[in-house]
Amino acid sequence: MMRRRQLVLAPAAALLCRPAHATPATLQAAIEAFTGGAPLREGRIRLDVSTLVENGNTVPVSLSLDGAGGSGTSDAVRRMALFTERNPRPDVAVFEFGPLAGAPRVATRMRLATSQTLVAVAQMVDGSFWQHRVQVIVTLAACVEGG
Amino acid sequence: MSGWLVRCGLVGGALCAALAAAAEPRQSGVEFMSPATQALQRDDAANPAFLWVKGGAQRFEAACARCHSVADMRGVATRYPAWDGALGKPVTLSARINLCQERHVDAAPLAAESEALLELESFVAHQSRGLPIAAPSDPKLARALQLGAKLYVQRMGQLDFSCAQCHDAHAGRRLAGSTIPQAHPTGYPIYRLEWQSVGSLQRRLRQCQSGVRAEPYSYASDELTALELYLNQRAAGMIIETPAVRP
Amino acid sequence: MARAILTVPAKARVGEVVEVRALIQHPMETGYRSDAAGQRLPSDLVRRVECRFDGELVLAGELHAAIAANPYLAFALRVPHNGTLSVTWQGDRGFTHTESARIDVT
Repeated sequence: MMRRRQLVLAPAAALLCRPAHATPATLQAAIEAFTGGAPLREGRIRLDVSTLVENGNTVPVSLSLDGAGGSGTSDAVRRMALFTERNPRPDVAVFEFGPLAGAPRVATRMRLATSQTLVAVAQMVDGSFWQHRVQVIVTLAACVEGG
Repeated sequence: MSGWLVRCGLVGGALCAALAAAAEPRQSGVEFMSPATQALQRDDAANPAFLWVKGGAQRFEAACARCHSVADMRGVATRYPAWDGALGKPVTLSARINLCQERHVDAAPLAAESEALLELESFVAHQSRGLPIAAPSDPKLARALQLGAKLYVQRMGQLDFSCAQCHDAHAGRRLAGSTIPQAHPTGYPIYRLEWQSVGSLQRRLRQCQSGVRAEPYSYASDELTALELYLNQRAAGMIIETPAVRP
Repeated sequence: MARAILTVPAKARVGEVVEVRALIQHPMETGYRSDAAGQRLPSDLVRRVECRFDGELVLAGELHAAIAANPYLAFALRVPHNGTLSVTWQGDRGFTHTESARIDVT
């Protein structure tokens, strides 16, 4: 069943196809490497991603501070990080906000190997850490690439 | 509109089909995409295909500008494939670029799906964005059009499907998680998410052939040129979106 | 020659927050794909991106294989004065590219 699933996953996961993938344990370890083991609270950071993704190769994601409305100062946040539960590796990106950042937000595009949980973590200037977790379903391209 | 039509496709309602046919029944592949992918195409600053358009602009300046202004290129993509008198057959836009290379730039033709050729084709076709595809009207194209029409309904491959079976009969319905589009070449060369890169209509056609387990026609073959010509006739009047994004 | 596109307004008011979009052509090869002969394609990634305005940091990013090919970044810049916005990408095999744009304040 796993083998057939790998084959069917080929288009969306073509770039990420290998038997192993991140586990809840490696995800946890990656998050802890970012937080240094500090307590992690829910909220303040917001992860925007489509919960139903038609193609896992290019998935727009956006990280921002909840309630900041996309504008205002970014004094409060120092870094934002993004992690996945079931890609081959849990790390996606870590962003650091400099003095000239105009708002506490950043958008990029990522790859999703399969349906899974994404975790965004913010490190605030006061040293606190906050997270937002989102479940994403990934559907697949119709034809397997032949040429 | 796209969500509406997809739900109609799932339900398979004849009523929906009748209502759709009362207006323009043809829809570009963009209508069948998720909102996120549509947004990707609409934003010129985020659409990855513009990297190729930008590259094409530089190549155009270096090689083509000696004969052509950028303004000259507006409308060109709407009327390709077109008849080439010297070869005595229709040629696609990329074949035409290569003929220019050989005849006027004194350079070697660019390889099919090479970055150089895709960049130039993207740049030239982009100059026609917003313009309708012209119905092929040159009487010399008639034979190729007939061949294209024939190939479009011809069953092929181990799966024994024709283009028409998926893209006419089942457009709007779902195949393994994706919605089947109507196969109108409104945005080529496209950035296909599956390829993570820009590719031509011929690459897409060959991939469809592989998808039904048929031996793909060669790049720049008469068959693929005829199919492109027929698809343009079928899509005549629809607006060019190049560079498009497709899943 | 890496293709890159930096989209930013040419003019802004002092202190205005403007949108910056940066796109660079790069395969972001994960190291998990194989070619037609079954040979593993080695990883080739953009690892770091840094955006500075007249040398001062706006945003820096550490990127991994899960970032999609042709990496895209959108973020906000608070324009302090006339100056040049620069985005530099660095990656495997000595890959480096900088794209710049001038912003004038009105």
